[in-house]
Amino acid sequence: MSVKELRARTFDWFDERLGLREGRDLLDHKVVPVHAGTTWYYFGGITLFLLAVQLGTGILLLLYYRPSVAEAFDSVRFIMTRVEFGWLIRSIHSWSANLLIFAAFVHMFSVVFTHAYRRPRELTWLTGIVLLGLMLGFGFSGYLLPWNQISYFATKVGTDVAATMPFAGPALARFLRGGEDVGAATLTRFFAFHVAVLPMLTFAFVGVHLLLVQKAGMSTPSGISPARLAQMKFFPSFFLRELMVWYGVLAILGTLAAIFPWELGQKADPFSSAPAGIRPEWYFLAQFYTLKLIPSHVWFMEGELLGLAGFGLLAAVWVTLPFWAKGREGEGRTRLATGVGVFLVCYLFAFTILGYLK
Amino acid sequence: MQRNEPSQPVPDGAVGAEQNRRTLISWLLGGGIAASLASFFYPVARFLDPPQMAEASVNEVAAGKVQDLKPNSGKIVRFGNKPALLVRVNDTEWKAFSAVCTHLNCTVQYQEARREIWCACHNGTYDLDGRVVSGPPPKPLEELAVKLRGDEVVISRRV
Repeated sequence: MSVKELRARTFDWFDERLGLREGRDLLDHKVVPVHAGTTWYYFGGITLFLLAVQLGTGILLLLYYRPSVAEAFDSVRFIMTRVEFGWLIRSIHSWSANLLIFAAFVHMFSVVFTHAYRRPRELTWLTGIVLLGLMLGFGFSGYLLPWNQISYFATKVGTDVAATMPFAGPALARFLRGGEDVGAATLTRFFAFHVAVLPMLTFAFVGVHLLLVQKAGMSTPSGISPARLAQMKFFPSFFLRELMVWYGVLAILGTLAAIFPWELGQKADPFSSAPAGIRPEWYFLAQFYTLKLIPSHVWFMEGELLGLAGFGLLAAVWVTLPFWAKGREGEGRTRLATGVGVFLVCYLFAFTILGYLK
Repeated sequence: MQRNEPSQPVPDGAVGAEQNRRTLISWLLGGGIAASLASFFYPVARFLDPPQMAEASVNEVAAGKVQDLKPNSGKIVRFGNKPALLVRVNDTEWKAFSAVCTHLNCTVQYQEARREIWCACHNGTYDLDGRVVSGPPPKPLEELAVKLRGDEVVISRRV
């Protein structure tokens, strides 16, 4: 039997049991529209790739990390100083987390500006929003795990902001902290969220999100007639390009991790003052700075509460974008959506920078 | 893709050159991917290998007071990172062994009724010289030296 024959027979054997041909046909027929905005299609894949990096490096870190107040900081220091390439793995995990959130934001705004959220893709948009929330949850919970000064106080502030929400706030803060204050119970909880609860939810939502993308096919920007568009095959043409993009992202990631290794800082000490210049991760900076700007009382409301109400309103408008940004024929109020998108980008950009500088 | 159609007349040399170019490009692509994968997985493999921990090397430990252990009894004491079994055979005679069973590393215990050392995991027994009496252990227990320093029992590695 020749090698070719053997391959064909093996394929047939598995095909009979798994239905490989259907998958191959599906892949064969999947196409990607080619136009001026094709570049933006890569960002979903980049986000997915970075998520895979997080999964891989996260599992590696789990082999040495110890989730207790007494040992967490020392175990991370052990990873960084004693385990071979430990500094690199941890640094990649931290950098990749940040690039992942950045890529997710780019992906989201590209969807807004190309109006890819339009019917029938509302559910794709909503699952994407849930995924962004999950990623922010990963960032917030993972930040505490090394149990250092900055993360300890950032978590205190973060859970305190949650506590100022009306009605459910105090209960939510108690639930997050596992008690009245940030302490040993918080670390255990955040660890459980970070390595079990959030990954499980993320798997489910990524699955649904990809399924929906597959079902509806790639969206073409409004104003371009799909009939006149050139197309490329997803496999291998688009896939190989995406693979090269991933190599590029990995190169950036490796460079950042090697040249700017993530710092560990000082071990958290609940009985010391908050260090000067404390601030959250950059993706919470805009909100952080906004809350700083609002005076303690505005008319009859507490400032904090007013800020939260504003964020809540903005979030509600954003989440429901596919439902209000459409005309009677469902053709889309594209200008309005673009306007809101531009406003949000400007706000986030400006306030993140201001939050960083001030 | 005209070059794949057999009906197209192509000079023999051109087909060979084309084939060579394809093979070369495939090898470069495959080799590049393989090399980069190796560079990703080498650090991972090194990371998985647990770092050598400085083992507390101990030659001698104080195992307790003479009066704390009655004749015909034994107890487990720490000897560096490993457990040791100290046995008071009678009023004057003391014995000590590494308490790690030579079969599969369980910790052995002293059986007062039968006056022998027994491993609960697979029913291995040793006599009071550490020699295997029955069961699966392949080697005798490593014997340690016992000295009395005043009323203190001291265990040390035999030299």
